[in-house]
Amino acid sequence: MPFLDIRQKAWSAGLIVLFFVGWELFCLVTGMSDLILPRPSQVFATLFAKFWILWPHIIQTLLTTMLGFVLGVVLGVVLGAIIGVSKVAYDTCYPLLVGFSSIPKVAVVPIFVLWFGSGTVPAVLTALSICFFPIVVNIATGLATTEPELEDVLKALGASKLDILWNVGLPRTMPFFFASLKVAVSYAFVGAVLSETVASNRGIGNVMMTASSNFDVPLVFAGLFVLAFLGVALYVAFSLIEGRVTGWATRKNDLVTT
Amino acid sequence: MTRMQPNAAFRQDGDTVAAVAPAAPIAIELSKASVTFGRGEKAVPALSETTLRIPDGEFVALVGPSGCGKSTILRLVSGLVRPTSGVVIVGGREVAAKALRIGMAFQNPTMLPWMTIEQNIMLPLKIVEPFRSQFRKLKRTVFRDKAHALLEQVGLKGFASRYPWQLSGGMLQRANLCRALIHEPRMMLLDEPFGALDQFTREELWSILQQLWMTHKPTVLLVTHDLREAGFLASRICVMSARPGRILDDSEVSFARPRTIEMTFEPDFVALNQRLREFIVNARTAPAVGKA
Ligand SMILES: Nc1ncnc2c1ncn2[C@@H]1O[C@H](COP(=O)(O)OP(=O)(O)O)[C@@H](O)[C@H]1O
Ligand SMILES: [Mg+2]
Repeated sequence: MPFLDIRQKAWSAGLIVLFFVGWELFCLVTGMSDLILPRPSQVFATLFAKFWILWPHIIQTLLTTMLGFVLGVVLGVVLGAIIGVSKVAYDTCYPLLVGFSSIPKVAVVPIFVLWFGSGTVPAVLTALSICFFPIVVNIATGLATTEPELEDVLKALGASKLDILWNVGLPRTMPFFFASLKVAVSYAFVGAVLSETVASNRGIGNVMMTASSNFDVPLVFAGLFVLAFLGVALYVAFSLIEGRVTGWATRKNDLVTT
Repeated sequence: MTRMQPNAAFRQDGDTVAAVAPAAPIAIELSKASVTFGRGEKAVPALSETTLRIPDGEFVALVGPSGCGKSTILRLVSGLVRPTSGVVIVGGREVAAKALRIGMAFQNPTMLPWMTIEQNIMLPLKIVEPFRSQFRKLKRTVFRDKAHALLEQVGLKGFASRYPWQLSGGMLQRANLCRALIHEPRMMLLDEPFGALDQFTREELWSILQQLWMTHKPTVLLVTHDLREAGFLASRICVMSARPGRILDDSEVSFARPRTIEMTFEPDFVALNQRLREFIVNARTAPAVGKA
């Protein structure tokens, strides 16, 4: 992450190392069976040994995630803009939106499978349907809460509605948008893996399911590590972009810790 | 920072005025315009029926107790607020901003926080024709120089690329003034533009504004609390009553231009101030008679 100072970085890194060391020691001391909880060293060994087998699945999961995410962003921005610009639409649509977003998304996977068969399509759709709500809600909220004083500056110049949206509404909404992107990309990831676990023969989710039914526990954990790593990587990527685009909202170098 | 160049400006100006004055068209016309915010129980009458005519090129100061509806009048003229009753015609049209170039300095200097001061100041150029169509082409050259020149004039040299939160209240107010001037508006609506400034900066800016008015003759509607300011700058002063405001007194200020700071200490000027002061004191204690 961009603006953390060195000391904080060192602490975070130290904590991660400590976590793995603690885990390793715990397994050694208690003599834990690797069928229940493999040691991190075993997991990493498996990860390296089977990396080229895992690779296509990693790509598959990343692709479905990103596809679902991009579609979700497009849909979310358009819908959020429509809802946010009009007060009436905002008040009318918000309850419906909250209703939809509180449906547990595991429940929609079987429906997508029913409609589109198993494989990539339901994974993309699940990713999309999970990740697009935070975007809609954030865009709509950002636009709807834009200070009228800021809009007045342009209105007094005779600016059109589009001018105002472009010069005030959208920039003012950017911090909300990027905050939601970070969340949304993690959600998309969860959605894609979820769907792979249930209904696919490709992707990390599927690898983990297969491995667990073969009692290849280190491989299950290797899959977990890959997921954690990808999740963090995606999050960091969007934090970096966020820091660049919306530095004004955090008063420049203050922090981008989250 | 500034000094007056009386002779040239005055002469040149005098000629134009002489030629135009007799038939100066009406720039701003409020006919029995009133404004009430909210409805029913919560209705707040902000402005009683007000009638006001301002010919093109006049410099009018609006003074009155706070909360009496001065900002509301400016918002009416700029088209940000619709009259609850009556008619507002600006530049011959009911929708003001479309009719002519308006430069507005809001009471609270609302700079867009994601833009630098320079970008904020250039905003009118980005929106208003004829600058708008050249904005992409000239924003790094001519327009930027224009912004920098203005900033330098108000004493903000070197702050162009700062963000609004990095400036003090008084600095923001000066930037706010620049934003109201940059697109050479035909009409300037200035809402207490010097309120947060120290006496000396304020007086410097008065002279700049006077100079600018004398050269370009825009129509100016200036809201102020400062009677010296009104007397120094305006050619006409309107005094308003307490909320819901209406215009109690409307008088010409005939001191010769360019006026000087020294002049504001002369007996005539002091007498004018005192007269206005009395009006306002009365307005504060005895609210408007007419019910909105
Ligand atoms: N948007 C608004 N909603 C409700 N009341 C308002 C609004 N704007 C102004 N008012 C009220 O209208 C009155 C006049 O306000 P204003 O024109 O800002 O006064 P001032 O002369 O100090 O500039 C005030 O009493 C204020 O409370
Ligand atoms: Mg006011």
